[in-house]
Amino acid sequence: MRHHAISTLLAIGLLALAGCAGKSAVKPATDNAPAASAVGSGQTSGDASGTATTGATGEGGVAAAAQAETGIIYFDFDSSEIRPEFVDVVASQARRIRGNASVRVRLEGHTDERGSREYNIGLGERRAQSVRRALLLQGVAEAQLATVSYGEERPAVAGSGEEAWAKNRRVEIVYLN
Amino acid sequence: MYQAMMRRLTGLLVATALAGALLPGVARAELQIDITQGVSDPIAIAVVPFARAVPADGGLDVAAVVQRDLESSGRFRAMARGSMLAQPTRTADVQISDWRAAGNDYVVVGRVLATGNAELQIECELLNALNGQQLGSRRYTATAATLRNAAHQLSDFVYEQIIGTRGAFATRIAYISVDGQPPAQRFQLIVADADGENPRIVLASRLPIMSPAWSPDGQWLAYVSFENNVSAVYVQQVRSGERRRVSARTGVNGAPAWSPDGQTLALTLSGSGGNLDIYLLELATQKLTRITADDAIDTEPAWSRDGRELYFTSDRAGGPQIYRLEVAAPQRVQRVSFGAAYNARPRISPDGRLLAYVTREGAAYRIAVQETAGSARVLTRGSLDESPSFAPNGMTLIYAGRQGGQGTLATVSIDGQVTQRLKSDQGEVREPVWGPFATP
Repeated sequence: MRHHAISTLLAIGLLALAGCAGKSAVKPATDNAPAASAVGSGQTSGDASGTATTGATGEGGVAAAAQAETGIIYFDFDSSEIRPEFVDVVASQARRIRGNASVRVRLEGHTDERGSREYNIGLGERRAQSVRRALLLQGVAEAQLATVSYGEERPAVAGSGEEAWAKNRRVEIVYLN
Repeated sequence: MYQAMMRRLTGLLVATALAGALLPGVARAELQIDITQGVSDPIAIAVVPFARAVPADGGLDVAAVVQRDLESSGRFRAMARGSMLAQPTRTADVQISDWRAAGNDYVVVGRVLATGNAELQIECELLNALNGQQLGSRRYTATAATLRNAAHQLSDFVYEQIIGTRGAFATRIAYISVDGQPPAQRFQLIVADADGENPRIVLASRLPIMSPAWSPDGQWLAYVSFENNVSAVYVQQVRSGERRRVSARTGVNGAPAWSPDGQTLALTLSGSGGNLDIYLLELATQKLTRITADDAIDTEPAWSRDGRELYFTSDRAGGPQIYRLEVAAPQRVQRVSFGAAYNARPRISPDGRLLAYVTREGAAYRIAVQETAGSARVLTRGSLDESPSFAPNGMTLIYAGRQGGQGTLATVSIDGQVTQRLKSDQGEVREPVWGPFATP
C-alpha cells in the first residue's frame, strides 16, 4: 500500500515534469498559460479582437486615425471580387497606408461558416490576396502588407442565415502599428 | 487496515494537488452521448453487475460501462438491472433458462478482484442464453486508473464475439471545443475516450486551432494553430505534451495528414502568392516535396491505405470536388466525386474501400460515402454537417453538425441505421477525429 502511494506520486511527478518539459522548443500550452503566442506582451496575438478599428494596441497616431474609418471589405458568396461599393474604402485605406512608409497592416481574410473548413481557408486567402493586389496597385509597398486567412474560424457575428453570413464574408485591414 | 487506508488517502490527496497544479487541466467541455436511433431489431443482452473490489476499483462499475457501450452502439438492448431476479457473478451460478425466459439472447457475468500490489483483475464470461454455452471468456489486468479502459476492452470483446466485427469502444477521439462569442472566443484541442469521458486539454488558445489529425500509432496529434496570428502546423505528443512546430512558412500552413507509415505529413501551403497547393513534408528531414501546382485551391489531402495515393479537394473544375493522384506520379490526377456541385474534405476508411466527404444537397451540407469508384450515399440529414472521420473499425463515422445553433458532434453507422449525438455541456464542439486502435 505504502509502496503504491509513493510510486503513484513519483509517476504523477514525472508526468507533470514531462508535461512542462523544458526539452521541447515550444512550451506545451496548458489551461493556465496563454497560448505560446505571446512573444511580447504588447502584441495583439493573444487578445486580438479581430476588428479593424481597434488595430493592435490602439496607441499611436496611425492606429487612432484608422479607427475613424472602417477597414472592412465585404464579399459575395463564393467570390473574392471587390464589389464596386468597396472601391472607395480600398482607395482610402491605400492612401492612409502608403502615406506613411512605416505603417504595417495585416489583411485578414474570412468566409461564412458554410462548407469545409480548410477549403474555406483557401477562399479567405483569395479574398485577402484580392485586397492586397488592389492596395499594391494603388502604391502601397509590399513590405507594408501581411496577409492571413482565418477561413470560417473567426466570425464577426455568431449564427446562421443570410444576414450573419454576409457579415462574415470579409477582409479586415488590421493596423499593426 | 485503517493505517493502509489513511496512507492511500494521503497519497491520493497529494496526487490530486499535483495534478491540479502542474498537469494540463481536465477540459471544461464534457461530451454526453445520446442515442438518437438504433437498429430496428437489437440483440437482447443481460450484463449482470460484476462482483466488485471496493475500494480498489476506485468506485468504477465495470458492468455499467460495458452495458452503456453496448447500448450506445445501437445494436443491443440491455436488460435493466431492476428486472434481474438474481445477479450471479460466475457461470456456474447462472440458471440460463431464467435469462432466456426473460428474453435475453446473451448474458455476461464477471468479477473484479484486487490482486494486491494495486492491481486489479477483471474476469468475465459471455454466455449464449439459448443453450447456456460459453461463447468466450476474458481476463484483464488493470489498475484503478486503467480500469475504465479495461472495461471498454471487455465491451470490444463482447461486441466482436456477437457482431463479428472488432469493437472500437477502447479508442479515443480528439476534437476542438470553442467557448465564448466572437470576437472573444477561446479554443481548446481536447482528447477524450470515444464515449466522451476523460476529456483532457491538449492545447488552449485565444486564436483558432483546427484540423487535428492522429498519427497512425495514436501517440501524436498534428494540428493547425493560429497562435501568432498566422497559421502554422504543429505536431504534439499527447502523453507528454512535447510539441514541435513543423511548418510555419509564409502564407497558409494547413490540413496536415499523416502518411500510413507515420513518417510524412501531407499538408497545404500557399507561399506568399496565396495559391493553395499540396506538399509532402518528411518529418525526420524536413524535406519538402511539391505535389500539386495549379491555380486552383488544392487542399485537404487524405492518404490511401497503402500510402500510394492522395485524395484531395480541388476547385480546378470551378467548384470543389474530390480528386485522386498517385504520389509517385502526381501529374496524373483523376476526379472521383460527381453529382453534387460541392464535394470536399475526403477521408478514406481504414480498409481503404470507402470514401467519406462533405457534399451539398440543395442548400444543406451533409456527409456522403461512396466506394472509391462508386456512387454517393448521403448518410446524414443536417444543414451544416462537416468533418467526417472513420472509426478504426470502419463501422461508424463521427462528424460535426449543428443542433439548435450550437456546434455538436454526431456519429452515424456506415449502413446509416445507427445515429448518435454527442453534446457538450458548455460551448461548441467541432472537428472530431477518431484515433486508431491502441497499440498493445
